Amino acid sequence: MSEVPVVSLEGVSKSFNGVEVLRDIHLEVARGEVVSVLGASGSGKSTMLRCINWLEQPDRGTVKINGEHIGVDAQGKQMSVRALASLRARTGMVFQSFNLWPHLTVLQNVIEAPVHVKRIPRSRAVEEALALLDKVGMGHKRDAYPYTLSGGQKQRVAIARALAMAPEVLLFDEPTSALDPELVGEVLAVMRALSLDGYTMVVVTHEMEFARAVSDQVVFLDKGKLIERAPPERFFTAPESERVQRFLATHR
Amino acid sequence: MENWQIVWEARDSLISGLFTTIEIFLIGSVLAFLLGCLVVYLLEQAGPWLRRALRVAIDLMRTLPFLIFAYLLYYGLPSLGVRLDAWTAGLIALVIYHGAYFAEMLRGARLVMPAGGVEAARACGFHGFTLFRRILLPQLLIRVRPLIGNQLIYCLKDTAFLTIITVNELTAAANSIQAIYFIPMEAFVAVIGLYWMVSIVIELLVKWAGRFGRKRGFDHV
Ligand SMILES: Nc1ncnc2c1ncn2[C@@H]1O[C@H](COP(=O)(O)OP(=O)(O)OP(=O)(O)O)[C@@H](O)[C@H]1O
Ligand SMILES: [Mg+2]
Repeated sequence: MSEVPVVSLEGVSKSFNGVEVLRDIHLEVARGEVVSVLGASGSGKSTMLRCINWLEQPDRGTVKINGEHIGVDAQGKQMSVRALASLRARTGMVFQSFNLWPHLTVLQNVIEAPVHVKRIPRSRAVEEALALLDKVGMGHKRDAYPYTLSGGQKQRVAIARALAMAPEVLLFDEPTSALDPELVGEVLAVMRALSLDGYTMVVVTHEMEFARAVSDQVVFLDKGKLIERAPPERFFTAPESERVQRFLATHR
Repeated sequence: MENWQIVWEARDSLISGLFTTIEIFLIGSVLAFLLGCLVVYLLEQAGPWLRRALRVAIDLMRTLPFLIFAYLLYYGLPSLGVRLDAWTAGLIALVIYHGAYFAEMLRGARLVMPAGGVEAARACGFHGFTLFRRILLPQLLIRVRPLIGNQLIYCLKDTAFLTIITVNELTAAANSIQAIYFIPMEAFVAVIGLYWMVSIVIELLVKWAGRFGRKRGFDHV
């Protein structure tokens, strides 16, 4: 008996202004699995990730979170805004540009959604948030405002914010691409720890080392098509497609 | 010197005018501000038709002289069977007129706000009014804070027009003193001083409110 995948994309396609950006994507992510998404700039990685929590609406295909349709139901009927929001709350997203809320302190950023979306009691939210901030090494900055933090610190807070909703899957869109090289390591270390804790993660990244060491599966997008899917050893040593071989040759 | 004596003797009517001015200004600007927030929330939620209608309404208000609008409500509406007393007509005029300005101000700030914060909020499950109240509005307010001070002072100055639709506010008080005793210079100078005082208090309050933005680094970006 196989378990229901945490994320499943079936035949997802998406165009912007008549240009097809995703073409018939199939992807399943099992519980506890880390999937890295690689591909050249403009190949549709972000768009695919954003279709998972319906920040982008696919033109065709279905997206399911834990077996539940998101965005449109099985009959193709548009979901209510409220139902969509509560499904989204079951995913956590980490952005390239952090996107912390600048008017709130570090701690307030982390408890904001638990208190105002999930409506859990503030005292419990604070307790959980402080534990998460310690986990990402940001407990000492609980009362700081985002503008005082370094990029790496901001991203670690953003990760704690995503974790605070106890999501079933974490979606990372190039979480280290906006960071100075010396700050990349601290964020990758946190993500590696999360993978060891058993979090289900989909990670769009250009960090080959990370993809190789941490992922269970690596997928490759080329012009909106998912052309390769393999465990990292095979992906990095013996990729089937010639396109991936060329990509790897230029990204050492 | 004697003229100032007369102004001093008539201080009760000036003070009562001042209180009417402050009262209609406070109620008017608070409601106008709330109306502005409501309109921006509707712009956020609305479909294309309502959005277009709201934009047109805002622009109509902004291109209309305030006095004409006050006239319209007080002298024009009775012909449609709606009769308002001067104070109410004046208040409604202030609220709608300055509400449009507040809305435009917030809308402008919304346009230049980076999309990431709202996107992160949606990804966390925020939607609708909670998203607006918790994430969007606080950032908009911090950004437009310097403009709010200006707008409040315009609103205060526009209350002076209400003398023409017979609201007994500060300018009306000065006008009746100068008409009775024929001392326009002293009467109006006294009133200018009072408007100044109120403006200075507004400026100080807005400045004090500015620390919310400074503490959050909004002056650095
Ligand atoms: N909102 C949008 N409107 C129009 N075109 C878009 C939009 N978002 C993405 N695109 C286009 O879709 C294509 C795929 O974009 P996407 O951001 O998914 O690529 P990516 O693989 O994430 O690239 P990168 O590595 O540069 O982040 C690009 O050509 C991009 O210009
Ligand atoms: Mg991208």
